[in-house]
Amino acid sequence: MTAATLIDDLFSSGILIETGVDGLYGRSGAFEEVIDRFNALITRFGGGDGATRVHFPPGISRTQFEKSGYMKSFPQLAGTVHAFVGNDADHCRLLAQLQAGEDWTEGQKPTDIVLTPAACYPLYPAVAKAGALPDAGKLYDLTSYCFRHEPSKEPTRMQLFRMREFVRIGTPEQVRGFRESWLTRGQEMIGLLGLPLTVDVANDPFFGRAGKMLANNQRDSGLKFELLIPVNSEENPTACLSFNYHQEHFGSLWGIKGEGGEVAHTACVGFGMERVALALFKHYGMDTDAWPEGVRKVLWG
Amino acid sequence: MQDRIREIFARNSFLPVAESTLGAEDDLYKAGLTSFASVQLMLALEEAFDIEFPERMLNRRSFASIAAIAACVGELTSTTV
Repeated sequence: MTAATLIDDLFSSGILIETGVDGLYGRSGAFEEVIDRFNALITRFGGGDGATRVHFPPGISRTQFEKSGYMKSFPQLAGTVHAFVGNDADHCRLLAQLQAGEDWTEGQKPTDIVLTPAACYPLYPAVAKAGALPDAGKLYDLTSYCFRHEPSKEPTRMQLFRMREFVRIGTPEQVRGFRESWLTRGQEMIGLLGLPLTVDVANDPFFGRAGKMLANNQRDSGLKFELLIPVNSEENPTACLSFNYHQEHFGSLWGIKGEGGEVAHTACVGFGMERVALALFKHYGMDTDAWPEGVRKVLWG
Repeated sequence: MQDRIREIFARNSFLPVAESTLGAEDDLYKAGLTSFASVQLMLALEEAFDIEFPERMLNRRSFASIAAIAACVGELTSTTV
């Protein structure tokens, strides 16, 4: 099955709803049910760890976004929110441009909000503001819709999608231990769903030649691993979970420190919620009632 | 060559420590060279020596020590001159 036919199947069965924009889709109740059940499965694995749940809307402060350095690494993926801030005359011109089918966006000005690129981005400044970390460090559980400007016909590469993340903040030992445990748990969890998987070292899609260097550094240092499941093709399996060790990057950027003043290390495990759901639809078909009994039992109990 | 590389370090703040405290073979990452600083270092070297690092050199090893940098720069300047 090619990518085109998978997305056709998803549209024709009403699992996803077309909008005319690649990577921007409506979700059916059946699709959301699978997301809910997978969320519950994640909680079954990680819920006992005592993570603090935090929820941010899918936008972050532009000031924080600027400080985050995202534009250094991923300028091609960012989405800024703009709005009309003109007067009556500007409004008239805007309406005339719309009427004539001309570019009407010249008067749009940036707001103080940027679309969230990863669920954990708004977390770090909030943690830094809360003061010194306790000895046990911190563990958070967050979910957010995220935006990445990479339109594609592959249903697994959406522009607006949900990411659930557990974020560990603490000593290097604490965060590395956290990542190791999720590498094991992640494979166990996807194994329970009967999906074929591989785990591989990976890199983020850093921009440009400097990005090539950052990507190579990240791979050489084993900072990012992905759990991949074939969805669009066997040759290019899709990253559905990712396990990231940021070292001191966010700790030193935002000033997150322990009681003794040492800079905190951070790591996260991210779940691509739509990607896992799509893997299930791809492997087991568009009718969730007809999914294998074992898989249904894991998800629905 | 190594002296010119040391001058580039001295003019910039890639490291939290003075380059004069480091030996030619000392690990720059252990000395505090971050990923982002290594990119800035790469760009500064390209400008100073009028070279362009090929993709095969865009990795940690190429910038791991002053001696490693000198070897890469030496290779590029000898083939481009």
